[in-house]
Amino acid sequence: MLPATVLLLLFLTYPLGLGTWLGFTDAKIGRAGEWIGLENFSYLITDSVTQLALFNTLFYTIVASVVKFGLGLWLAVLLNKRLPFQSFFRAVVLLPWIVPTALSAIAFWWIFDAQFSIISWVLMKLGLIDTYIDFLGSPWNARISTIIANVWRGIPFVAISLLAGLQTISPSYYEASSIDGATPWQQFRFITLPLLTPIIAVVMTFSVLFTFTDFQLIYVLTRGGPLNSTHLMATLAFQRAISGGALAEGAAIATLMVPFLLAAIMFSYFGLQRRAWQQGGDK
Amino acid sequence: MSDFNNRRTILKGSAGIAAAATIGTGSAIFSPFAQAQSMTFKPEKGAKLRVLRWSRFVQGDIDAYMLNVKKFTEMTGVEVRVDNEGWEDVRPKAAVAANTGAGPDIILSTNDDANLYPDKLLDVTDLAEYLGKKYGGWYPAVQQYLRPDGKKWLGLGLGAAGSMIVYRQSQVKAAGFDTFPKDTAGFLKLHQALKEKGTPAGYALGNATGDSLWTNWLIWSHGGKLVDKNNKVVIDSPETQKALEYGKELYATFIPGTLSWLDPNNNKAFLDSQISVTNNGISIYYAAKNSTDPKVKELAADINHASFPIGPAGVPTESHLFFNQMIFKYTKYPQAAKEFLRFMMEREQFDNWLIGAGGYIAQPLAAYESCPIWTSDPKNTPYRDSVKNMRPSGYDGKLGYASAGAGADFIVTNMVAEAISGAKTPKEAMERAQKRAERYYKV
Repeated sequence: MLPATVLLLLFLTYPLGLGTWLGFTDAKIGRAGEWIGLENFSYLITDSVTQLALFNTLFYTIVASVVKFGLGLWLAVLLNKRLPFQSFFRAVVLLPWIVPTALSAIAFWWIFDAQFSIISWVLMKLGLIDTYIDFLGSPWNARISTIIANVWRGIPFVAISLLAGLQTISPSYYEASSIDGATPWQQFRFITLPLLTPIIAVVMTFSVLFTFTDFQLIYVLTRGGPLNSTHLMATLAFQRAISGGALAEGAAIATLMVPFLLAAIMFSYFGLQRRAWQQGGDK
Repeated sequence: MSDFNNRRTILKGSAGIAAAATIGTGSAIFSPFAQAQSMTFKPEKGAKLRVLRWSRFVQGDIDAYMLNVKKFTEMTGVEVRVDNEGWEDVRPKAAVAANTGAGPDIILSTNDDANLYPDKLLDVTDLAEYLGKKYGGWYPAVQQYLRPDGKKWLGLGLGAAGSMIVYRQSQVKAAGFDTFPKDTAGFLKLHQALKEKGTPAGYALGNATGDSLWTNWLIWSHGGKLVDKNNKVVIDSPETQKALEYGKELYATFIPGTLSWLDPNNNKAFLDSQISVTNNGISIYYAAKNSTDPKVKELAADINHASFPIGPAGVPTESHLFFNQMIFKYTKYPQAAKEFLRFMMEREQFDNWLIGAGGYIAQPLAAYESCPIWTSDPKNTPYRDSVKNMRPSGYDGKLGYASAGAGADFIVTNMVAEAISGAKTPKEAMERAQKRAERYYKV
């Protein structure tokens, strides 16, 4: 118990505590700060770039998580069926997860390039567009493009996790419901979905956490541009704290992320409670 | 002339040593002969050095640099490990090193990084003064960056990657211009003509550390500036407004997509003949000259370079990516580190490095203006005076934490991008930039 406590305090509690404390100081890179209370936070609340970054982060997280869930669930259901070359397809689904994020971000950077995009090139060749699409050069295009890249990268985690959950559901439920004349949709609605709910809660919590704190993809693809339209809280915190030297302000931005992350953890907590209840627990 | 320069350099060197001796050079070791022209620092026994530098943009840079490193190790026995990172990544690593007190002994970083953590850096005044006196003096911008109080040197200048105009001669000529315009009015007319001809220009407007520096030029050329001499934020001004209105007209002529451009985008677009004019280091020309693709190689003959034009401000207002060399105080081997920098900056090594880099880096010391790289190919010459003519990024104020933070936060770049793309009115963009910059400059 003691080693675990020490590890938790040293590597989890201390960095989080230090980061939070820094947010209440005026620390700069290379200079220890003094306590200034809520000054950083009161400034950040009025700062239009921070407001934009918060909006971007929420938009990015909600849209990407919903799409990842939908596509991941669909893939999981598909892979749960008896398919030829089943192992091969399952391995292929994992590919985006295996590739280092920075590498896949560079690939997407090329795919979305204003002048060299393969997508634009194909669409031009097919005669469907007249000019190259400006994927990363306008705010909404850039937001959507980064979400697409995030979805591509995040689907394997959702799909494989849900597939693992699907495989824990006893086939006897499906057999019994077939005998009762249930349609495939009814089987999905009344058997698959309820029994999968606990794993969905966990998977979605982690998916939301990963998406909300995403950094590498944005850093490589856009560095928060154009016009700060793809800055997430994490990238803005980094830019201000490390590149800009405003350590305390960056820490305050990172601290502002905590309530949202706590909400995601609470979601997971209640999801797990539900699982305990389903398994005959007290709660 | 060259002999004369050498004699003059030696005389200056002697004067420098004499001056250094009078102010006390502490750890410097002088030999009787060396007093005439050199200074050395005796590396600590068993010294090893770790150097972190930005990754090369042209291969010849790192090749020549590593040859000099090898020579240094052979001469002194000091092992030197050189790590390379993209220049975007060097700044955070340097910041972490400064904050934690551990990391590479020497870091070659960008712009005003040294001003972010001056207390963490080894005082190299003796070395800087020696080099300055021996090699014709440090250019003013180098002194502003690295000797912010006018006394203590925080590091040594390494040079700058010039952000000059790179253009296709044939396309500029086809647009009706025999030479590249030297004023902002002609510059705009050229861009409008290029667009009409279907050979547009493009300049980075994303969060690009090097290539978005042209936005400083845009503001400065019209008399605007982020701060005045007293570090008061004055970006929200009629001059900035004029610059942004001019920028709107200019932006209308750009190839689509420049809002997303980071540092490598314009290189790619230019070498693919999608744009006819951009701003860049000499790397586009270098890549064309050394390309194995005959089509790209052919392009080299058509490429030329020019300085940014002069605007209503009436003086050159160039902004270039500056490189500095910092020794961190936590190093166990300060003498070895100083000796390393001294060795690398001496003419025998530095000239070879400038030549190897093919003009990508312009010198910080006046004597190196005579390096043959600047005249062996006339197309290299415009890059020669990059450091000589540059304004530091925190112009017109004093450099420090605020100027470094404002630069890293892309305040000017984003203001320009917002206003000239029409995402915000110039007034709105200026107000936002003013507010953000005041946050940094309130310190």
